[in-house]
Amino acid sequence: MAIVLRVRASWEIRMAKITAGIGTSHVPAIGAAIDHKKLEQPYWQPFADGIAPAREWMAQHQPDVCIVIFNDHASSFSLELIPTFAIGVADQFAPADEGYGPREVPVVNGHPELAWHVAESLIQDDFDMTIANRLEVDHGCTVPLSILFGEPENWPCKVVPICVNVIQYPPPSGSRCYALGQAIRRAVESFEQDLNVVIFGTGGMSHQLQGERAGVINQPFDRAFLDALVDDPESVAARPHTEYLREAGSEGIELVMWLAMRGAMDKQVDEEYRFMHVPVSNTSYGLTIIKNKL
Amino acid sequence: MRDIRDYDDIPGTYIMDGAHNRKGYHLNMFCMSLNKQENRDRFAASEADYLQSFPMTEEQREAVLNRDWLRMLQLGGNIYYTFKIAAFDGLTMQHVGAEMSGSNMTVEDFRQMMLEGGRPIDGNRSKSESKLGNQNG
Repeated sequence: MAIVLRVRASWEIRMAKITAGIGTSHVPAIGAAIDHKKLEQPYWQPFADGIAPAREWMAQHQPDVCIVIFNDHASSFSLELIPTFAIGVADQFAPADEGYGPREVPVVNGHPELAWHVAESLIQDDFDMTIANRLEVDHGCTVPLSILFGEPENWPCKVVPICVNVIQYPPPSGSRCYALGQAIRRAVESFEQDLNVVIFGTGGMSHQLQGERAGVINQPFDRAFLDALVDDPESVAARPHTEYLREAGSEGIELVMWLAMRGAMDKQVDEEYRFMHVPVSNTSYGLTIIKNKL
Repeated sequence: MRDIRDYDDIPGTYIMDGAHNRKGYHLNMFCMSLNKQENRDRFAASEADYLQSFPMTEEQREAVLNRDWLRMLQLGGNIYYTFKIAAFDGLTMQHVGAEMSGSNMTVEDFRQMMLEGGRPIDGNRSKSESKLGNQNG
């Protein structure tokens, strides 16, 4: 009996691929403005105009999966349990009640097969992930989806949520987040399914919600951060926590999550779109879309 | 007291480090409980009674009852937690921001400051150059 050896040539295997990276703030007031149809009000008009090209870009790009890197804000996690990095592997993630009822947005559908592959790969790659089979997603995840996808009946893609602790000090360093992004890329690109994957880094930009210094904004810092994030990410990754706290406000430290997105891209990238606006609530808003150079 | 940290020098800023967590754990976990409607209903029915069900300090309970947003931070609160009380009251982050500024700032003043580009970073990087209250640390 003949044994037929089946060899799959490498060109037959279509692997998943990270095709773009998006950085965006995830301010809850944006979610409220979208949900309550306020984007046409004068306060929101510049913001609405600024995100419109990104929505058009996203409608063209049609990702199968978005990996959304965000922080939980006392919604699914609390001070009882503070994972530095967590990944959601469930079929679905319901919008969380953050204290005023859940946002009325579609449930977020997961991609358990990809998520488990990424979780296993990251842990084998020395990132000690917390694995979440149950995770409710707060504004950190749903507001970026609303910004890029608008108000669809269902989100048009699957989502792999990755949570980074940035509330309890110390959060992971910028360089650790950057390395996490590199490891996420290795994980995605070893997944044997033809998937168009977009990665989001969310939070920021400069803002401080608390204390006598509440309201602090540093637009020169934000512009320099974005410039360097695009062109010289390793210099950004080397910045210490206190530089963010001092220069970008205590909650501006969320920007380390943009480094996780950036780590998943090539060193050389093209920035396809950028929009910045002050104020959005008590924050400086930023949005960038980057792609690897061809 | 913990060791001195380089961020202690940032004015008007309460960093949620280990010492802060220990001080504010029960206060913050009370705030966390407001994620559930049934607990919001209990808090609405009697704030003082509901607060008794958490092993907080009397000072922390008073700060909650008085909606003393800055005091809550000084007693170990974290803004993402204490803001749940503000959301319960129907207040925005501008209300809380104005009151925490501790300089008789009104909500309108705070909104206007944000529209004009926010609180300037220049002059507010370190305690030595800042005119803000330095009650942290």
